[in-house]
Amino acid sequence: MQSNTNSESPSSISAEARLEYTLQLADDALIIGHRLSEWCGHGPILEQDIALTNTALDHLGRARSLYQYAAEQFNNLPADAKSKFFTSIALQQLIASGSSIGEDDLASLRDGWDYRNALLLEQPNIDWAYTVARSFFYDSFNFLYFKQLSVSTDATLAAIAAKSLKEVTYHLRWSKEWVIRLGDGTEESHSRMQTAVNDLWMYTGELLSPNNTAQQTGVDSAALKQPWTDIITDVFKEADLKLPAGTWMQEGGRNGRHTEHLGYILAELQFMQRAYPGMEW
Amino acid sequence: MTVHSFQEHFDSLIDNDIAIEPKDWMPDDYRKTLIRQISQHAHSEIIGMLPEGNWITRAPSLRRKAVLLAKVQDEAGHGLYLYSAAETLGVSRDELYDQLHSGKAKYSSIFNYPTLTWADMGAIGWLVDGAAIMNQVPLCRTSYGPYARAMVRVCKEESFHQRQGFEIMLTLAKGTEVQKKMAQDAFNRWWWPSLMMFGPPDAESPHTAQSVRWRIKRLTNDELRQKFVDVTVEQAKVLGLDIPDKDLKWNEARGHFDFGAINWEEFKNVVKGNGPCNKQRLDTRRKAWEEGQWVRDAAQAHAQKRKEKMASAA
Repeated sequence: MQSNTNSESPSSISAEARLEYTLQLADDALIIGHRLSEWCGHGPILEQDIALTNTALDHLGRARSLYQYAAEQFNNLPADAKSKFFTSIALQQLIASGSSIGEDDLASLRDGWDYRNALLLEQPNIDWAYTVARSFFYDSFNFLYFKQLSVSTDATLAAIAAKSLKEVTYHLRWSKEWVIRLGDGTEESHSRMQTAVNDLWMYTGELLSPNNTAQQTGVDSAALKQPWTDIITDVFKEADLKLPAGTWMQEGGRNGRHTEHLGYILAELQFMQRAYPGMEW
Repeated sequence: MTVHSFQEHFDSLIDNDIAIEPKDWMPDDYRKTLIRQISQHAHSEIIGMLPEGNWITRAPSLRRKAVLLAKVQDEAGHGLYLYSAAETLGVSRDELYDQLHSGKAKYSSIFNYPTLTWADMGAIGWLVDGAAIMNQVPLCRTSYGPYARAMVRVCKEESFHQRQGFEIMLTLAKGTEVQKKMAQDAFNRWWWPSLMMFGPPDAESPHTAQSVRWRIKRLTNDELRQKFVDVTVEQAKVLGLDIPDKDLKWNEARGHFDFGAINWEEFKNVVKGNGPCNKQRLDTRRKAWEEGQWVRDAAQAHAQKRKEKMASAA
């Protein structure tokens, strides 16, 4: 693995590493989009139901662009590399039959160990405070991350990031305002917000941990730690929330070791393609 | 003006197809009828999010998922326009929610049927939204201005929904055997309830005559139902689906399709609360509302604190 970042041209990193990195970004987007879409029709305020669904649609749209790009990369791999890349039997069969794969194959036919999303994003909605806390941690990260990625040496990723940055700026404004609203609102909302923040804190480290492939493609997550912490600290101050003291961080999503929640997400998400394989919908 | 001349003025606006606006004088019954109709419509949009929302996390492809999510979001938007239109008549959204949650207010019975397979997303778009459009297009010219304007926006989006529903059905109908079976099964289950969406036969519809006079309604239940049957039978032929009605046949003399007897007993039962999902739908709405109470309280408390802070800083 090379460590020099900015001077690398896209062709100088391994094709597999680039694909893995693209999938990681795509999986993040799909899984958070899935969780947010679970609110559709169940929100506490009609206007917020609409707002959250908009955000879910943004994430889903980004997931699609990224999976399409990942599929294109995969289809260009040499046959030998293709056959080794995924563990999924369904994908192996597709590849063996000589078919090219598409966005839906990547979303629907990989099992959890091939998913690379951060653990934070698969955590359940639980209540509005957990949903807001999860979004706020992720949106602050995304905001910083996509700023960097939008000048990536990889033109496709840079274009996707530039489009996403506009959306993420709005997402962050939304989640930040809700953190403040709940932190400041009533005793109950304050306590719920603090509990959600405390419980989800241990999943934030993974977003900011160094990532080999990421370093090669343009963004060093670890370098975002300070600006990310600054955003969180400022908003918590305004919301009268305490920064959790815990320093232990759960990781594993980037390597395909997930929490128990992901399996259930995939069971729903992949149901149709698994029960009725190989059809057009 | 005396009450009598208020009435005359109102009648002449109606007769000349001039929109009634919120500040205009209107008969109490006109106001009540509108509140009932608009709020039922708003509730139907909100409850209607649930049977389709049921399939968002299970949509068969990412593209279908995005379209379905956007569609259900549109329904929330329709609910919002319609609650706003009702508010112009002097009733608050919270009061209307209370009527829904207490079971006092009605909503379209069609949403008390379950969505069992993916094909139901096609059938709902094609049939339920199709029937809704038949009902709603005339409402774009309804006599109450805010309602008519809300309906113009609603109808534009509904016709997109109907097309996407038909397209789901077409994809299934052109697909594998199991997909065709799925499409036919959904059609069998949704056909009759869709016909019931137009409401009881004219002879038994208590509000129709007055509503037509007030130009709140433009066509009767039976006229709309016939129009729907005529259009939909042709579309079913394109899909290659069998109409689940052995009595259906073209009537040359009438220039319309004759169709079999509707099971009005079933309709009455679903309206009464005995449909397959009446309890689940209302429970789900109530749960969302009750569990959201602390969120709404927090938002209000925060807004109040900010207002006070700004006032003391000024």
